[in-house]
Amino acid sequence: MNNDQDIIIALTKGRILKETLPLFAAAGIEPLEDISKSRKLIFETNQPHVKLIVIRGSDVPTYVQHGAADIGVSGKDMLLEVDGADLYEPLDLQIAKCRLMTAAMVGRELPKGRVRVATKFVNIAKQHFAAQGQQADIIKLYGAMELAPLMDLADIIVDIVDTGNTLKANGMQPLDHIADVSSRLVVNKAAMKRKHQRIQELIDKLAQAVAAQN
Amino acid sequence: MTIADRWLLPDGVEELLPEQAEQVEALRRKLLDLYHTWGYELVMPPLLEFTDSLLVGLGKDVDLQTFKVVDQLSGRTMGIRPDMTTQIARIDAHCLKRDGAVRLCYAGSVLHTRPKTLMASRSPIQLGAELYGDSSIDSDIEIISLMLETLRASGIANITLDLGHVSIYRALLAEAGLEEEAKQALFDALQRKSGTEINALIAAHVCQPQVASMMQALTQLNGGREVLSEAATVLAAAGEQVQLALAELGKVADSIAARMPDVNIYFDLSELRGYHYHTGLVFAALAPGLGQAVANGGRYDDVGKVFGRARPATGFSTDLKALLQLLPATAAQSHKAIAAPNSDDLALWQAIQQLRAQGERVLQTLSEQTAVAACDRQLVLEQGTWVVKPL
Repeated sequence: MNNDQDIIIALTKGRILKETLPLFAAAGIEPLEDISKSRKLIFETNQPHVKLIVIRGSDVPTYVQHGAADIGVSGKDMLLEVDGADLYEPLDLQIAKCRLMTAAMVGRELPKGRVRVATKFVNIAKQHFAAQGQQADIIKLYGAMELAPLMDLADIIVDIVDTGNTLKANGMQPLDHIADVSSRLVVNKAAMKRKHQRIQELIDKLAQAVAAQN
Repeated sequence: MTIADRWLLPDGVEELLPEQAEQVEALRRKLLDLYHTWGYELVMPPLLEFTDSLLVGLGKDVDLQTFKVVDQLSGRTMGIRPDMTTQIARIDAHCLKRDGAVRLCYAGSVLHTRPKTLMASRSPIQLGAELYGDSSIDSDIEIISLMLETLRASGIANITLDLGHVSIYRALLAEAGLEEEAKQALFDALQRKSGTEINALIAAHVCQPQVASMMQALTQLNGGREVLSEAATVLAAAGEQVQLALAELGKVADSIAARMPDVNIYFDLSELRGYHYHTGLVFAALAPGLGQAVANGGRYDDVGKVFGRARPATGFSTDLKALLQLLPATAAQSHKAIAAPNSDDLALWQAIQQLRAQGERVLQTLSEQTAVAACDRQLVLEQGTWVVKPL
């Protein structure tokens, strides 16, 4: 339960956590145990009233929007997908950088009318193709997007592209660039107002840490 | 049809069972009585009306938020109110047509096609107060005081008052002269306080360096009282409207701080909630335990215009169901009843009626029923008179 004294910070497990923790450490917040080796979900930190919770990346906006967490670290892709959820995103942490792109099979011509699009970013895909004036049927998938065109389930995919190697390995090529993605600090609107001093202090320290790293 | 189909309620539509219903109703009465003592007159606008009047002057958001039905009598589209404020504005502008200050309050169910926030109800009970006909800051102070008093009377402590003023951004925007698309993008980024995006947009679209630096500064202007003095420095070059807005914010903060020293005041000069219809001061109240504002409001001087009479207006509203969630669950202990036997004795009937007139709750035992769980006392016949005894 999120009470008034505590500041709850929602982080994502995995690769992003490795890049996030040094920033928080530079801002003076360190977990008391190794998060990646623990099966716990809530972690105490060296600051008595700051707690970390570790959840799935796509759940961070939900937790923060509800106020179940005050602060979170979320990929811009997730934030675009929930369409600017009622959150503040005051800081670009400039980690986990990648691009959100459309991609299709090399050498296969796209259909003239409606295209079939496989993605886990349903809303982003809808908006992107609407802005292009292109009718699209969106197919929601949860992983391995590259497989969908190979098995002729879709004509185009919308996905995160880092190096582009996975695409290449499956005979695909990137097409349109939709957005640059990086991890953002998100803050619950009510918490920002109610716990302003402590949260603003943390944002300022993190901003310094980000600036020092780049 | 499975059994679930017979009892399942739609998403976000809930019913209140006895304990909660009693709490909500007690709260509704208490708050309407409070507004009565402040001189606010109760009005009861209809549950639905033509969308032409219900949605006039409001944005697309409200339109999407409204359930619609066709009126079989006139063939026109009717909307079930998603918000009562326009109805109250119509009553003031068109039905009452009084001059000078008019104070109105209301409480009623509204319906939303989708919840306003993730966990919000789609059928909130909106309760609020509006003050028409006075454009001075004094009426804003009165409305804010009443909003805070509403929360206090409900039993909510540790309130934070969030103050903003849409004229500041509006004035800077007018000076910047942005294209519609850039305006929309900037508005969107400001609501998310996304520093990176805001700075990029300003750099790309605002040519005058002075305006650009003031707009950038605006996003940092949130926090405690120090924000106002900071604003006075960094927005010193802004026009008269901005200075006026800052002065208004200062005056409101002074009054509220003096009247209610326990309320924590927060300023956010780039708060743009309701930007499309608000025209001045905007405010919200936050309480521990809720990820959103529990009550909010602001000045909306132009809304009456579409009903034929532009009237200065300020007001606030809250949701009784949201208020209820913030209150500690109080057991309905205070309402223990008195059990009375079932008898044709006229003296018993008179004794029961007398107790009821005193506000006591009296349950008469029915045919086979013996003990009544809700009772802690009973009426018994002693030496020819009916007296109350502990059960």
